[in-house]
Amino acid sequence: MSKYVIIGNGVAAAGCIEGIRSVDKDGEITVFSAEKHPVYSRPLISYYLEGKTTVEKMNYRSGDFYKQNGVRAVYEKAESIDAKRAEVTFGRSKEKYEKLCIAAGSSPFVPPMDGLDSVKDKFTFMTLDDSLALEKKLKKNSRVLIVGAGLIGLKCAEGILERVGSVTVCDLADRVLSSILDSECAAVMQKHLEKHGITFLLSDSVVKFDKNKAVMKSKKTVDFDILVLAVGVRADIQLAKDAGCETDRGIVIDTKMKTSVDGIYAAGDCAQGFDSSTGTNRVLAILPNAYMQGFCAGVNMAGGEKSMTDAIPMNSIGFFGLHCASAGVCPSDGEGEIYEQRSCGGIKRLYIKDDRLAGYIIIGDVTGAGIYTRIIREKTDLCYVDVDKLKKDATLAMFLPENRRKMLGGVV
Amino acid sequence: MKRVYVNEKWCLGCHLCEYNCAFANSGETDMVKALKNKKIFPRVHIEQSGDITYAVSCRHCTDPLCVKSCIAGAISKLDGVVKIDKTKCVGCLTCVLVCPYGAVRPGPDGAANKCELCLENSCGEPACVKGCPNNAIVYEERQG
Repeated sequence: MSKYVIIGNGVAAAGCIEGIRSVDKDGEITVFSAEKHPVYSRPLISYYLEGKTTVEKMNYRSGDFYKQNGVRAVYEKAESIDAKRAEVTFGRSKEKYEKLCIAAGSSPFVPPMDGLDSVKDKFTFMTLDDSLALEKKLKKNSRVLIVGAGLIGLKCAEGILERVGSVTVCDLADRVLSSILDSECAAVMQKHLEKHGITFLLSDSVVKFDKNKAVMKSKKTVDFDILVLAVGVRADIQLAKDAGCETDRGIVIDTKMKTSVDGIYAAGDCAQGFDSSTGTNRVLAILPNAYMQGFCAGVNMAGGEKSMTDAIPMNSIGFFGLHCASAGVCPSDGEGEIYEQRSCGGIKRLYIKDDRLAGYIIIGDVTGAGIYTRIIREKTDLCYVDVDKLKKDATLAMFLPENRRKMLGGVV
Repeated sequence: MKRVYVNEKWCLGCHLCEYNCAFANSGETDMVKALKNKKIFPRVHIEQSGDITYAVSCRHCTDPLCVKSCIAGAISKLDGVVKIDKTKCVGCLTCVLVCPYGAVRPGPDGAANKCELCLENSCGEPACVKGCPNNAIVYEERQG
């Protein structure tokens, strides 16, 4: 029997292992991995195709990570959880646990699409194996159609552009990166991507596939050799649901990462935790959050005390050298004050609401962006901040001198 | 654990720390060759607030957000020093997104760039501190 069992072997699991070990150096840890790889940096799969990293360098931790931490890594899929008996079934075996963390991640969501079965070379873009399989099909003259202009679809587009003939990206939304960018910022990024050779079909969707042809709602047709489906992802909640855990869009957790079932925790892309920017429980499927939730779960599983109350949505993503940083929310009701600054090829938009910086988006020079992220995360009342300086630049000059002196003259 | 601390009262805003930092991390032995007519990417930078100037560099935080947030597992903290493994960094700048001090910045090669206390370059101790004419930057042990 293992004292701790972790289902999943991604970054949340790595965080969980390190969290457990920060409290308990000895307890047995078993990790179940559905993928046949040690923990790797999932967002790097597009950088791999672009030639900016290697499979080896994508390892999230050193080669002796499991050994160093006394972890038994089982490269099999966990099939079910029996919460009453406190055991996990895998293959023909069972593993008992005292504390369980579900860090199962998420899976690509592929909506039913007419004629999809007739498409020979179609891929999702979520795992290292997806990336390796796609790579095998890339040819200098391949025409690629990517369905989905979100983070996954566009990183895929960037990763393969130099290796194929053409890349067309379609999306139902009227703009690129609609989950993180507003229309103004999306227009800047779209222009940049188009300049580099990506073709967009926005506010449009595939009505029907016929082998190598996609018929769009707009009646346009797209001929392609390779299809990438990057419509969206869904949290993997089934195991938790069957075990009796409360689920919604993700596995519902409290600020200690506990699910509704005693002894079971959840972390990462499968979990629905507290988002302090909206004050609601949401799936925040971003890597920093996965690590921090995993770590927090681990500490609590091992009998320590930790809670996470300051998670916010945030993203840093770049395309062909143009960077984008964003955090917090974009007030959709239009009640907040919006401050906009444009620079050569870039844009910065700050959203101020109720004497707080509620969110921001910067495209271009992202230097210092972390200071904006900080005052969103810390919900800093802007009466303690020089707002004119805040709008101008992201520097420590915006803070009261005594606060700044503490930051630079004290142990932090 | 020794860290770099700043006393803005003594800072002249001369930017010497930036030049000394860029030189120490350039791998060159000649300062002119290293810096002249080049865009420099120092790991310490001077900010100004009215008449006040001060140097900002990595705080080597007790609980560093950059380490936890790095999507490539390229940032680690060992013996009190937060370091970037530039061979693993893909330049996504998530560390820039989360650094509460604006101390991690984009570097010359696309990878993120930050102060590593000069412990592994030719200087061997923080070059910004060594060259500061007014003791506005110090390298010492302080209590939390």
